[in-house]
Amino acid sequence: MTFVAKPVVHHPKLPLNEIGLNRRDYEGLVSTLCAGCGHDAVSAAVIQACAELSIPPHRFAKLSGIGCSSKTPNYFLGNSHGFNAVHGRMPSVATGANLANRELYCIGISGDGDSASIGIGQFAHIVRRRVNMLYIVDNNGTYGLTKGQFSATNDKGSTSKRGVPNLYEPIDLVSMALQIGAGFVARSFSGDRSQLVPLIKAGLLHRGFAFIDVISPCVAFNNHNGSTKSYDYTRGNAASFVAADFVAPHEQITADYAPGEHEIVRLPDGSELHLRKLEEDYDPHDRTRALAHIQEASRDGEIVTGLLYVDSDGTDCHEILDTVDTPLSVLGEAELCPGEAALDGINAGFR
Amino acid sequence: MKVTDIGNPDYFHKVVDCQWGCPSHTPVPEYIRLIAQERYTEAFMVNWESNVFPGILGRTCDRPCEPVCRRVRTEEKPVAICRLKRVAADNKGDIGPYLPPVPKKKNGKRIALLGAGPASLAVARDLLPLGYEIDMFDRDPAGGGMMRSQIPAFRLPAEVLEEEVDLILDMGVNTHFNYEITSMKEMLDMEYDAYFVGTGAPRGRDLDLPGRLESDAHISIGIDWLSSVAFGHIDSISGKVIVMGGGNTAMDCCRTSKRIGAEAVTVVVRSAFDVMKASDWEKEEAMDENIPIVNNRPPKEFVHDNGKLKGIVFECVKPVADEDSGRLNYVPTGEPDVYMECDHVLMAIGQENHCPWIERDIGIEFDKWDCPVLDEVTFQTTHPKIFFGGDSAFGPENIIWASAHAHQAAISIHLLCQGQDLRRDRPPQGVNLISQKMGVHEWSYDSEHDPAKRFIVPHANLDKALQNIKVEVELGFDRALGLKEAQRCLNCDVQTVFVDSLCIECDACVDICPMDCITFTENGEEEDLRGRLTAPAENVEQDLYVSGKLGTGRVMVKDEDVCLHCGLCAERCPTAAWDMQKSVIHVPQLGTYPE
Ligand SMILES: Cc1cc2nc3c(=O)[nH]c(=O)nc-3n(C[C@H](O)[C@H](O)[C@H](O)COP(=O)(O)OP(=O)(O)OC[C@H]3O[C@@H](n4cnc5c(N)ncnc54)[C@H](O)[C@@H]3O)c2cc1C
Ligand SMILES: Cc1ncc(C[n+]2csc(CCOP(=O)(O)OP(=O)(O)O)c2C)c(N)n1
Ligand code: SF4
Ligand code: SF4
Ligand code: SF4
Ligand SMILES: [Mg+2]
Repeated sequence: MTFVAKPVVHHPKLPLNEIGLNRRDYEGLVSTLCAGCGHDAVSAAVIQACAELSIPPHRFAKLSGIGCSSKTPNYFLGNSHGFNAVHGRMPSVATGANLANRELYCIGISGDGDSASIGIGQFAHIVRRRVNMLYIVDNNGTYGLTKGQFSATNDKGSTSKRGVPNLYEPIDLVSMALQIGAGFVARSFSGDRSQLVPLIKAGLLHRGFAFIDVISPCVAFNNHNGSTKSYDYTRGNAASFVAADFVAPHEQITADYAPGEHEIVRLPDGSELHLRKLEEDYDPHDRTRALAHIQEASRDGEIVTGLLYVDSDGTDCHEILDTVDTPLSVLGEAELCPGEAALDGINAGFR
Repeated sequence: MKVTDIGNPDYFHKVVDCQWGCPSHTPVPEYIRLIAQERYTEAFMVNWESNVFPGILGRTCDRPCEPVCRRVRTEEKPVAICRLKRVAADNKGDIGPYLPPVPKKKNGKRIALLGAGPASLAVARDLLPLGYEIDMFDRDPAGGGMMRSQIPAFRLPAEVLEEEVDLILDMGVNTHFNYEITSMKEMLDMEYDAYFVGTGAPRGRDLDLPGRLESDAHISIGIDWLSSVAFGHIDSISGKVIVMGGGNTAMDCCRTSKRIGAEAVTVVVRSAFDVMKASDWEKEEAMDENIPIVNNRPPKEFVHDNGKLKGIVFECVKPVADEDSGRLNYVPTGEPDVYMECDHVLMAIGQENHCPWIERDIGIEFDKWDCPVLDEVTFQTTHPKIFFGGDSAFGPENIIWASAHAHQAAISIHLLCQGQDLRRDRPPQGVNLISQKMGVHEWSYDSEHDPAKRFIVPHANLDKALQNIKVEVELGFDRALGLKEAQRCLNCDVQTVFVDSLCIECDACVDICPMDCITFTENGEEEDLRGRLTAPAENVEQDLYVSGKLGTGRVMVKDEDVCLHCGLCAERCPTAAWDMQKSVIHVPQLGTYPE
């Protein structure tokens, strides 16, 4: 936790993005999390990704629940919209925000406690509904904010700081998201910025529900030897099946790849995701096989990271519900409440 | 790259840009912190120990420290290092208790100091506390050298000069003023144990042009004229004055003329404005006094009427940069020559070493520029007992170089008198690192970055200043402004020290660093590394700090270039792999190391 504000002065050569802003313009307040918390590294990755995408900060909505992780939206995108919901209830608020203004880029930040424990019900339904957003879980296997109780993602047998083992099976949010229809599913590590940033960019641009489970060590309560969510354990056991490089439209001419080496996934804004297989028989478009693979790896003690599944032509809840193209938030009262006659007409349709 | 050796005293010394740039290596951030704590006396003493003339230098120093100040790279203008030195001197209390005691009983060695300028004075100051008997000789009636004879009172009041000169003389120097040295042989016959020649570069250059001889009565050599003014032999000048030259002598000549009666003063320089020898602030001050500076005009002829000077003819040239070397060559513009009327010319086109009184057969070798052949470390000439320093050593420099030379020469003289080897037995440089951590979020220095712009030094009313040569133009910062300016210092001597075995590679420091100084990456050759850091490290003058291998096989690389020394990296690090440690650089000087 730092009391001194970060100086406004920045490196004299800090590059500007396409809209004339630098990375520092995407920062928020100085973090009050414990020094070395993985969540801060995730915030830094979000900052870098948003700056590199050249999206104006006011086009983002940040949604979160309760927990150290859920505090982090305060530490990035200081000039965007935000809502810090009650514990485990971020999905309902995110759904509402996205329904009201479909043009906002929604970023949900939650914790393993917030999403896999108290908020598991809400989590499941926002996945099903395919709300167009990027949903990040800062997964540290513990309730950091309330001082280190085991969370529902904590592996069975992994120990608390005092050496007491966890007796329960973990919930794997990645597998769950895959099962119930998420169009973009990834896992990453707060300590692997080069993997995480392209995933965040792609997740933000993907249409539909994009989910990234980020192993994000809690230095205060879950970074000891018996932990399976520590810096050392994650570094030692992470394995990746597919490498994903994000290529913005203006970079496509210079991207120099041998043909056939890559599979290209187009994102709605014209960006490309270049996928490179690290494991021969892995197919990031096959939900069933992906699930099986993740389970097998987990059985072998491997933490699979990288892009696990992407649905190239994803749908989102607006498409499912067939809403108007104009964001509801900018429609006038007359359009939103067309009056009694219109209501009568609708009611007549049900008779 | 190899792992950085932070035990090498030069490594962190270089990071303290001002201290590294100061010829005497004054610990600048240390005294600025003392000023910020209103401990002016201590701030003065830190300066006095290192540069010997804080009050004088706080007004007149050439300030090589300021252009290299880190603040120039992180923001824009340097910290007003020089003027803060003056704040320390102006506000100091009783320094008596801090002065080194001078033993009554002498050590039996007698040293002759030739000249009483800053170089000789500083040698005296260093040697006296060790019991040496010091005899100082000068043709002038008082000590101070060019600080007294050249630097005008409107820049350096007599009281300030006298206070700091007397401080040294009163330590027990045997002065021989009004003493013209005419023969080095004679001096050697007096059988001193060592001789220090600090006689400066006393000869002003002249120009051999048509009309020069005939109009001699109206042409003065700048430095001779200034010393005549300083010693009261000249108290006025009349009519139109042209000052020829672009260095600090020219600036002092024109401003002095303006104060003692000149009707109009113009500075004419043969070269371009940007390459004039005078510092920017000296040029600004002359221009602020409405003195025009005309550039690119080499003189051709002095026009006179039977010996009465009428004016000067100048050629019109322009600078053209040489394609390969970038050096400026001056080519005629083709415009007709210009004629400028004048009644008096002050020639300020440079100074030279000149020691006709040193016989050339007594074992001191001279080079083709008539400078003595010197050992650059020891300042010893080819005659083992004779040392040079200050302007007499390598040609005209300035006061701070004079004190820097003096410290080295004093060490050499001491070693010589103790029968030790001047090079082998020289005390080495060293560095001490002291953690500044006081608590969880507490540092013993003010780590917070202050974005304030450089404060402007208040000036005396211009009309009043121009009427009296003794009115000091700059008023100096008052205490309140001094405190504000002190806050701008980045504390570059509080170093970021990294311990690789503690780092867990969480990236917290990388993310918090406001200046993108830190990168964790694969090691590589310097050029390659510089290109792939968080922010490219383009300033090759500034070092990269490279750690040993970390857990992931990567290394930590920190670009020292624009670090604010804000300590946020250390504050953010969960394992205290970073710590903020004050580097105390030991620059050997007599009296500062155990004898
Ligand atoms: C006009 C002018 C302005 C300057 N302004 C600045 C400034 O603002 N800041 C700055 O840092 N520097 C300035 N300087 C330079 C600075 O004054 C000198 O670099 C410095 O004084 C050199 O010190 P020194 O001890 O080597 O010699 P000096 O100061 O030159 O002292 C040499 C002494 O030796 C005596 N001497 C010489 N020959 C003999 C002899 N044969 N017999 C007896 N005595 C002898 C001289 O009388 C003199 O007192 C200025 C110089 C000039 C000319
Ligand atoms: C309704 C409700 N129940 C319980 C809590 C107490 N509580 C606060 S944060 C938290 C767990 C947070 O864990 P997680 O989401 O993993 O966040 P972390 O701090 O680990 O990042 C709990 C149980 C609460 N704030 N509100
Ligand atoms: S308690 Fe854990 S999760 Fe919370 S800020 Fe500290 S390290 Fe991060
Ligand atoms: S002190 Fe640390 S955080 Fe501050 S600028 Fe320097 S490297 Fe960056
Ligand atoms: S904050 Fe400390 S532990 Fe973390 S990467 Fe930096 S030096 Fe290493
Ligand atoms: Mg948690």
